[in-house]
Amino acid sequence: MSETTPAITQATLVKKAAPKSDYKPADVSPQRRVQRSFAVRLWSVRHSRLLEWFYARFSDMFLLLHPLWKGIGYGRVEGPIKFVEKRVKGFMFDCRMCGQCILSSTGMSCPMNCPKQLRNGPCGGVRANGNCEVEPDMPCVWVKAWEGSRNMVHGDKILDVQKPVDQSLRETSAWLRVTAQAAAAREAARNAPNTGAPA
Amino acid sequence: MIARQPDENPAGIHLPLDPLPGHTSRGRLERVLRRGEFAVTTELNPPDSADPEDVYNRAKIFDGWVDAINAVDASGANCHMSSVGICALLTRMGYAPIMQIACRDRNRIAIQGDVLGGAAMGVANMLCLTGDGVQAGDQPGAKPVFDLDCMSLLETCRIMRDNGKFLSGRKLTTPPLLFLGAAINPFAPPIDFRPYRLGKKIAAGAQFVQSQYCFDVPMFRTYMQQVRDLGFTEKCFILCGVGPLASAKTAKWIRTNVPGIHIPDSIVKRLEGAQDQKKEGKQLCIDIINEVKEIPGVSGVHVMAYRQEEYVAEIVDESGVLKGRQPWKREIRRDDQLVAERLDHILHDEITETQVDMVKTAH
Ligand code: SF4
Repeated sequence: MSETTPAITQATLVKKAAPKSDYKPADVSPQRRVQRSFAVRLWSVRHSRLLEWFYARFSDMFLLLHPLWKGIGYGRVEGPIKFVEKRVKGFMFDCRMCGQCILSSTGMSCPMNCPKQLRNGPCGGVRANGNCEVEPDMPCVWVKAWEGSRNMVHGDKILDVQKPVDQSLRETSAWLRVTAQAAAAREAARNAPNTGAPA
Repeated sequence: MIARQPDENPAGIHLPLDPLPGHTSRGRLERVLRRGEFAVTTELNPPDSADPEDVYNRAKIFDGWVDAINAVDASGANCHMSSVGICALLTRMGYAPIMQIACRDRNRIAIQGDVLGGAAMGVANMLCLTGDGVQAGDQPGAKPVFDLDCMSLLETCRIMRDNGKFLSGRKLTTPPLLFLGAAINPFAPPIDFRPYRLGKKIAAGAQFVQSQYCFDVPMFRTYMQQVRDLGFTEKCFILCGVGPLASAKTAKWIRTNVPGIHIPDSIVKRLEGAQDQKKEGKQLCIDIINEVKEIPGVSGVHVMAYRQEEYVAEIVDESGVLKGRQPWKREIRRDDQLVAERLDHILHDEITETQVDMVKTAH
């Protein structure tokens, strides 16, 4: 009895309908579907050098404000800063808020936009025209990253091996984290000679 | 004394080899490469079945022609028997599998577990891959994982081997002894980044690499030139991927439908002009092998003959890359054979003793 009933799964239904309808949701990832244009993202890559210069100034300013952040409490400023960061970087780079920004090592092309979320360079499937294997109408994030990095002063940072993404840092502010870490490093450097002197 | 094949553990073919200085694994492939011999590897077409015989039959046709067999991890995002399963079967029979690990289907927790499990079964070689996107396979609705990428996967395996630790820093009681591999594609953009990317993979832990199908030898030669100039050939064994094309039609299909495989027009033309396209495809593959083996820095070839596995032996034989050397081959050992011959009668003798008979004879 059970042998005679054909198994109809969701997948077979979709497959059957696929040739009849023009819209094939499987051809584009959900990420891509909500995205309309790559213009701004590509502008950022073209101006990677300018952005690198700007970001250096910007992070210095953030570090100068460290006492302020500390005064208010990093935990409390996190919300508003994240709100701004998400919107600004989202507009400029289609940022996905991984929370551990490596834009300056990837030619200002956000690697989290790669459908495979590769953080260490292009996969082997890049199309001959430089577009992505998974999403044929998107320029490969890593082809752009390489172009962008060639314009930057510290572009060779693209050759560093990146650690895997720490998923627990998603949706947190990378700006504040970098600032806090830089401040901690500065503090440690200042304390080191003091502790070293009496010995 | 019974003559044994080189690179075989006298205590049993399924056991790891003696450790050698300068070797990170106890497998055959590393020994062959470090001895400076031209290595040949190939790929096993994974069965869609639960029958171990399917794996053994598919491995058998490579016997005596290849140094290691890649156990693919759902290549092209199509479901097949898992690479861990294939490796478990192959290591039992003494083969040297290269366990492919793709980042597409498993996260770092599962992968590190599989690395330990594989090494415990005697897998000496692991190949770290990113993996094709799920859209390429038979289940495009699957969730793509890509928790690690090939680079961080390589680094994870290296940390496990060299530092004896998980990625988290937790200690391993016995670290896995591995020969780590990666894949390269010199034929896809961004072309000028590709040599540096190999450097990155070496920094992350790659000791050997297998390339994507090479149909454009001049392009590969330029790549190898750059790689040599950067000094990477001393740090890593490079195996060039080759394979026969069944016909001009397949070549065209692959060119348009499989991203990352670059087939120049001249190849398609050559196939089109041939009487017997299948034979020409094989000849083409042999010609390519003969060209790439002369390129300095190329340590071997990786023959991928999907659905034409029976050609692998011919291709290897006719190209003469082994220079008379015979890779390890699964055969009955002489001592086993001796025992089998002497005790063969047991199989044929009629020995149906009843318990009553036993008691009688005992008295
Ligand atoms: S082609 Fe580029 S963007 Fe697409 S998956 Fe590969 S590396 Fe990522």
